[in-house]
Amino acid sequence: MSNDNWGLRESYTFDRNTIHEIQRAANTGIYRIRGWGAKRPLPTFDDLVFLGASASRYPLEGYRESCNTAVTLGTRYAKKPIELKIPITIAGMSFGSLSANAKEALGRGASEVGTSTTTGDGGMTPEERGHSTQLVYQYLPSRYGMNPDDLRKADAIEVVVGQGAKPGGGGMLLGQKITERVAEMRNLPEGIDQRSACRHPDWTGPDDLEIKIQELREITAWEKPIYVKVGAARPFYDTTLAVKAGADVVVVDGMQGGTAATQDVFIEHVGIPTLAAVREAVRALQELDMHRKVQLVIAGGIRSGADVAKALAMGADAVSIGTAALIAIGDNDPEYEEDYRKIGSAAGYYEDFQAGNDPAGITTQDPELAKRLDPVKGGQRLANYLRVLTLEAQTLARANGKSDVRNLEPEDMAALTVEAAAMAGVPLAGTGWIPGQNG
Amino acid sequence: MCGIVGLFLKNKELEPDLGRLTALMLREMRDRGPDSAGFAVYGDEAEGTKITLLSKTNETDWDGLAKGLSKATGEAVDVKTVGNHALFTTPAEGLGARRWIIDNAPDVTVLAAGKSIELYKGIGDPDAVIEDYALAKRTGTHAIGHTRMATESAITTAGSHPFSTGEDTCLVHNGSLSNHNRLRENLRRHGESFQTENDTEVAAGYLSWRVREGDTLNEALERGLEDLDGFYTFAIGVRNGFAVLRDPIACKPAVIAENDDWVAMSSEFRAIAQLPDARNANIWEPEPSTIYAWSHN
Amino acid sequence: MGANTHFDLEEVTVRQANQALQEAEAGSFSIANPKGAHALACGLDAPLEVTIDGHVGYYCAGMNKEADVRVDGNAGTGLAENMMSGRVHVTGNASQSAAATAHGGLLVIDGDASARCGISLKGADIVVKGNVGHMSAFMAQTGTLVVLGNAGDALGDSIYEARLYVRGEVASLGADCIEKDMGPEHHEQLRKLLDAAGCEGVETSEFRRYGSARKLYNFNVDNVDAY
Repeated sequence: MSNDNWGLRESYTFDRNTIHEIQRAANTGIYRIRGWGAKRPLPTFDDLVFLGASASRYPLEGYRESCNTAVTLGTRYAKKPIELKIPITIAGMSFGSLSANAKEALGRGASEVGTSTTTGDGGMTPEERGHSTQLVYQYLPSRYGMNPDDLRKADAIEVVVGQGAKPGGGGMLLGQKITERVAEMRNLPEGIDQRSACRHPDWTGPDDLEIKIQELREITAWEKPIYVKVGAARPFYDTTLAVKAGADVVVVDGMQGGTAATQDVFIEHVGIPTLAAVREAVRALQELDMHRKVQLVIAGGIRSGADVAKALAMGADAVSIGTAALIAIGDNDPEYEEDYRKIGSAAGYYEDFQAGNDPAGITTQDPELAKRLDPVKGGQRLANYLRVLTLEAQTLARANGKSDVRNLEPEDMAALTVEAAAMAGVPLAGTGWIPGQNG
Repeated sequence: MCGIVGLFLKNKELEPDLGRLTALMLREMRDRGPDSAGFAVYGDEAEGTKITLLSKTNETDWDGLAKGLSKATGEAVDVKTVGNHALFTTPAEGLGARRWIIDNAPDVTVLAAGKSIELYKGIGDPDAVIEDYALAKRTGTHAIGHTRMATESAITTAGSHPFSTGEDTCLVHNGSLSNHNRLRENLRRHGESFQTENDTEVAAGYLSWRVREGDTLNEALERGLEDLDGFYTFAIGVRNGFAVLRDPIACKPAVIAENDDWVAMSSEFRAIAQLPDARNANIWEPEPSTIYAWSHN
Repeated sequence: MGANTHFDLEEVTVRQANQALQEAEAGSFSIANPKGAHALACGLDAPLEVTIDGHVGYYCAGMNKEADVRVDGNAGTGLAENMMSGRVHVTGNASQSAAATAHGGLLVIDGDASARCGISLKGADIVVKGNVGHMSAFMAQTGTLVVLGNAGDALGDSIYEARLYVRGEVASLGADCIEKDMGPEHHEQLRKLLDAAGCEGVETSEFRRYGSARKLYNFNVDNVDAY
């Protein structure tokens, strides 16, 4: 590192990352494709704090006085809504982008604590269905592996309009990961660079989506909750239109949401932060008088029980985690430091999910690497992590005097920055000031 | 995001039924657009000009306004009111009368003006709008209608379709434009005025600007294919007929049906199914970037 | 439910008709007065014979398995979308995205199909006796599209391993789609499909075959203009 020399000054505009990217682009002639999610600094739930209880509000006893975490999703039209014991679900990630063992670990972990997991852009595998007590089946533009039998086996259907890492972009899976099994499931030639469509093949817009939802309900006897997932682009309008199209549940995925492979420029420059998206989505539901009637699931950069509690306080019914779940089962584990170094990365920095050579054996189709992940142990680690998130969220809820985590309110919080106060609609700490609302 | 219908009668014997048939079609588009609805009916040509007006306040003194217009133009003004709309009929020259109302009645929106067009719209359940403005009882040669599922701009009466684009001309739209904000700014510099944040109003303003610059409607639509970005199926009503145009990608639906008695266009066939002998009509889907037009000569 | 069960959609709802069809294990059924209704006869899962008398709306026979569905009329968007097996036959025209993502079975359209016929096709066979609209067989992965009339612009754009046979004119080919030779196996395959669709007096020699040049299968800086 050259920063031993105090006379050297790094350019703020052309920092080392920027210089490296220009050099890379000049060498290859193609944009950078990578995994993970947005890495740049963004306003987050860390910019909010809970006020707690003292003289004007009374707390609940931790461990003794109960604080409910269960939530039911899909109460609007579905005959069989999904009942979750905790308000944290596992987001859609495909078999193909993840190994079969990783998908199994996610299913095991989620099932152990009574929550749902989700398929992805590649269809449902028997391992995944077998190890998930509640499985949400994604309905995507590509329709890879899509069939009515799996649709009926699912516990809910999630129509994907977009995802936070790339609102307006389609899926990608590069050739290294299109192995024989993945290719067969997707009806694609082996080893190609798959670029999925960004719009659905047989509907565009909410007026046609309404008819698509009718078809999905007809095929599944009006039993299953229908989610509509959108990337955080224009969350007020998108939530409104999802409700008008007939969704039971709206999933809003902020720009910190992860991806297995997307153009870096898309990940870092399209969509708005999760913190800003929640309020807009909740406002849309409130204006339609649909808040709590159509459930709202928030995703994108959820890491801790504090994030969970803050998202719920802002009005979400549940959250969804992807990147954090992968870390829990073993992604970026320092145990593989040497292997990360060999491929030009480091534990804690690894983002090349597109490459298929994941040292932790998670984002890969290489059978030798995939063996490194024990699905039983991975599942236990995920269950542990989900329990911690839940306990933390309960701790915060009880401290604010709530017997149900969903009784947390925006008024229980204060913002630490002007930006967060404006985005979340929560007063700046020590003031009653919400920028743009009351002067 | 919306439902569109258009009906053009070839058989004069059906003219007394124009409103009834259009209402049947429009009701079928209720699911596609539950937020608001509107329609334009062409018929009963006036000697002078018919001007459809909307009160912004619901308290407009229509008779007082008519007297003022009469005094300014030196011509009589006949007034019919329905709901918060009024229809002025006057032998006065149309564009001048329209201009006078815009300049002198800030609480009024001019929805349409021309020899033949009458245009009504309202927010809420399309069925109620159809009832309130007595669509089923209206007669004429052709009509277009619209139900709206608002995407980005507010649900208001003024933001409902159809949008007037000039004398006897109006536009309905299914889809979503992507460059209307910059275009609106440019059109304002060319003297167009806009009353909403709606993307369709920009398309309407664009067409009316092109026609004012000397383009025929067909030329204006051809140029629109270059200048309007995004997704659209348009139906355009003119004094003696109507036209249909889809964007080059053509994702938003459109069905056209034609027989010896009528030509109908809609977002979905179920609207056309309401028409007499629809089953045996020639039914097809319009090609992208292609103007389809029918007119009485 | 036995043979020749009749539903009149002026008397029963789409839900009631669909539920009866979805629960049936065999038999023949007729449906009257569809009047553009959506999602009719979708999600069928048994070797039924279903005849619909009139024009249907979106997603008719969607996700069909095993059933033989015939529409005497035109069909709206997404006819037989994601069909798995069985046969769907429309005597009139079909709107856009007919047989979108269909995995198996045979779709026969006596009239024209509009835009995006066979988009993202995943193994089904389609025979269109009239013309197909623009962007047909877009990203078609596997399966076969046979067109007796003409094809619109950008036929087979970004196509994978699907086979396209067109008898008339092709307005333009999409990115990575090229004309290919007709070998004996292609004549044989086409003959079988023409026979299955009841195309009498049509010779396989009248057709040209189109498929993927396979140049866009992997990212390559030399093809950047095509992306």
